[in-house]
Amino acid sequence: MSTTNIEEKQFLLRFKCDTKSHLTVLDHDVCMTQCPDKLCTVFCPAEVYKWEGKRMQVGYEGCHECGSCRIGCPYQNIKWEYPKGGHGIVFRLA
Amino acid sequence: MSEKFDVIVVGAGPAGTSCAYNCAKNGLKVLLIERGEYPGSKNVMGGVLYRKQMEDIIPEFWKEAPLERPVVEQRFWMMDKESVVQFGYKGLEWAVEPYNNFTVLRAHFDQWFAQKAVEQGALLINETVVTECIVENGKVIGVRTDRPDGEAFADVVVLADGVNSLLSKQLGFHREFRPDEVALTVMEVINLPKDKINDRFNLEGNHGTTIEIFGDSTQGNLGTAFLYTNKESLNIGVGTTLSSMIKAKLKPYELLDYLKKHPMVRPYIEGGESAEYLAHLIPEGGFNSVPRVAGNGVLVVGDAAQLVNAIHREGSNMAMASGQMAAEAIVEAKKDGDFSENSLNRYKEALFGSFIIKDLEKYKDAAHTFETYPQYFKEYLPMMNKAMSKFFTVDGTPKREKQKEIMRSVTAEKGTFKVMQDIYRAWKAVK
Repeated sequence: MSTTNIEEKQFLLRFKCDTKSHLTVLDHDVCMTQCPDKLCTVFCPAEVYKWEGKRMQVGYEGCHECGSCRIGCPYQNIKWEYPKGGHGIVFRLA
Repeated sequence: MSEKFDVIVVGAGPAGTSCAYNCAKNGLKVLLIERGEYPGSKNVMGGVLYRKQMEDIIPEFWKEAPLERPVVEQRFWMMDKESVVQFGYKGLEWAVEPYNNFTVLRAHFDQWFAQKAVEQGALLINETVVTECIVENGKVIGVRTDRPDGEAFADVVVLADGVNSLLSKQLGFHREFRPDEVALTVMEVINLPKDKINDRFNLEGNHGTTIEIFGDSTQGNLGTAFLYTNKESLNIGVGTTLSSMIKAKLKPYELLDYLKKHPMVRPYIEGGESAEYLAHLIPEGGFNSVPRVAGNGVLVVGDAAQLVNAIHREGSNMAMASGQMAAEAIVEAKKDGDFSENSLNRYKEALFGSFIIKDLEKYKDAAHTFETYPQYFKEYLPMMNKAMSKFFTVDGTPKREKQKEIMRSVTAEKGTFKVMQDIYRAWKAVK
């Protein structure tokens, strides 16, 4: 079967997770008070960001390391680094 | 690792590996640093590898490189909700040596290519992130990595660290990119038996097809989708500028699923098995986003230098060519023992004199035009579909009358002057 939702898509992937997040929301208040649309929760291709009422949950383990959140956050509120060498997503095909 | 090299290349994608290969071939001592588990493990590409620029580096590479299919047909679709206007070209001269381009799976290809650089004498170190360039007296003299005691020194550091190029940003070579300068693209590899692929795409043997899909594939937003044939799988993907994605509040994976379910696309992938899902940014700022590419002891190549021609879906070829030009500049600089910006600007001159910057310059206003005036994707493509439908539907209306009706429907909707203006603007953007 070909996938029909993001959970199934993410399930296809191999990750070598670090214990520490390479993505940091600098100030959760900015998300709460200034960003009604919570854009990162929309455009992130891996649904890494989830708004939990008061703070932004960052599921860095499923990150594709594309960089969209760093560039797309209207408040430059995301500190974006590469995962430690050899960690993070491991593409096997394309 | 605090050893001195002639060249340190950061990133073992097409640009970095090309540079490392050519430097090592010329007898330089090269360190090639890759942050992934292996080269290709962090890289994503729709899948088209052009023969020419690869052949310039390794002649007859197709005899041993892990390629999928030589592309013999390139199709273009202007898609609406339940229809598509198509054109394309199929030519069997592309099915024989020296070929035109190939589909590839990058995780396989990049490993092979990096291995070729190693065979030339480059030292490849995987699983290592370069965290910063070491700068002394205004000159880059090495790199700091995330390994313990992980410093390495060189006469020249080549930044091939991809679209995000945190390193050249650190050096102040460019500001942070804007959402309209990058395209967010997601794709899936879908396994399908070879005979099914050949039947559905009307192919023989190992011949391949590429389809670029405009219009409803991005729900009218500025971007494209693609469907490429591998040996026993298809690559299907879609991307728009990040700014369009934000403006339309699109979830990229929902756009991909929309494409996969589209009645014009679905029959091609029916019954396939998803094997991988990938997301990546493509640098699409073009000519106006190219950063400073040379400094004292440092060069920037490939995606890191934003060298992508989005209109012609060329990127990896520009990466390879730029890597080779960087290597040539370094070899010359080494002869003079001068690694200053002035000396390394040989690379910039070569780059700007080549097809790369000439092509980026040609299309420098294209993305901006189509982003500012969304009617091309949102209105004209559906209109084109309607016109074709009307023209080819036999209903007893004389053809001349049909033509008139079609022209009327276009100009009635927009006004003749507006249409002329739109045509002129589009022509100017791509001429």
